[in-house]
Amino acid sequence: MSEIIKVGMADLNICKSPNGITTLGLGSCVGIAIRDPLTKIGGLAHIMLPDSTVIANNSNKPKFADTGITMLVELIVKAGANRSRLVAKIAGGAQMFGFQNKNELVRVGERNVEATRKKLAELKIPILAQDTGLNYGRTVIFYPETGDFIIRAVGKDEKTI
Amino acid sequence: MSDKIDLQAMSDQYVDVLMELGNIGAGNAMTALAQMLQCKVDMKVPRVRLLEFSEVGAAMGGEEQIMAGIYLAVEGDISGSIMFLLERDSAMHLVEKLMGMPSSGGSEFSEMEISALQEIGNIITGSYLNSLSAMTGLKIIPSIPALSIDMAGAILSVPAIEFGLIGDNILMIETQFSDDQQIAGYFILVPDLESYEKILTSLGLR
Repeated sequence: MSEIIKVGMADLNICKSPNGITTLGLGSCVGIAIRDPLTKIGGLAHIMLPDSTVIANNSNKPKFADTGITMLVELIVKAGANRSRLVAKIAGGAQMFGFQNKNELVRVGERNVEATRKKLAELKIPILAQDTGLNYGRTVIFYPETGDFIIRAVGKDEKTI
Repeated sequence: MSDKIDLQAMSDQYVDVLMELGNIGAGNAMTALAQMLQCKVDMKVPRVRLLEFSEVGAAMGGEEQIMAGIYLAVEGDISGSIMFLLERDSAMHLVEKLMGMPSSGGSEFSEMEISALQEIGNIITGSYLNSLSAMTGLKIIPSIPALSIDMAGAILSVPAIEFGLIGDNILMIETQFSDDQQIAGYFILVPDLESYEKILTSLGLR
């Protein structure tokens, strides 16, 4: 029997085959799914903000793209995955409203995606697929067994990337 | 950005203040709504809740619950934003009331229904902010409202990210009101750090 592990906002967890891992209602946040295709060990992070270094209160590592991705990778490797085989898929980073008020928060979804791409590049983890931006929320489910990253949105057909 | 205020540490006092502001603000908002709909609206005492990010979706019936979110930027003496959320069905009910006819049907809101919903959001958040302004003596200017109908988690990511800049919690005011149907609405006011200070000072709490 496989189960689905749930990841909340500013949260992350690892997942081993045949289990799946999910996060519900990603808006401007970004969901980062990483796995080792051989050991089929993976995980999912739900980050809210791009950069921990510009925030005074930054002890909550899963909240930020930079520290969250590092932490997720460490946990996946610790669980038995091979660091050099890791691959990623990402989703989210929408702009939910026509405007967002504060300067620093303008395009926060887009900036979350940029910071995610930058961090993954730095860690030399290739991004195999992404479904990001636009103006709607996404629920994602990731299966480290196959690498399937299922994306659901209101009023849209489910898709697998 | 100033980091002298810890949202968690100040929360007790601030929750008390918000409870009172929320009570009066939501009361005014409901009065405005009743006038607009030309009906009697009963309201329960609002609940102020300080939630972890991971709890926010569950508090509204799940992250995937479809909600209508109305979001405005706030400027003037304080800056930040305010959001009002309604469950999709409640939103539809209010729109039908306002327009005096049944909905066009289907899962999507028509253009006319969307502008009716924006107007409802405008009036509710506007009267909420008016009472906040009257109580604190602070000038508060709201922007034009933006609307999103989507999963609760996705809509809430916007104020959550604003709260995320200063802490790991989100402050939410839950109001329940009813005409002939029970409706739950949620206010989320996100002043920036300096505005917290200004609100407390203006109320003589600092």
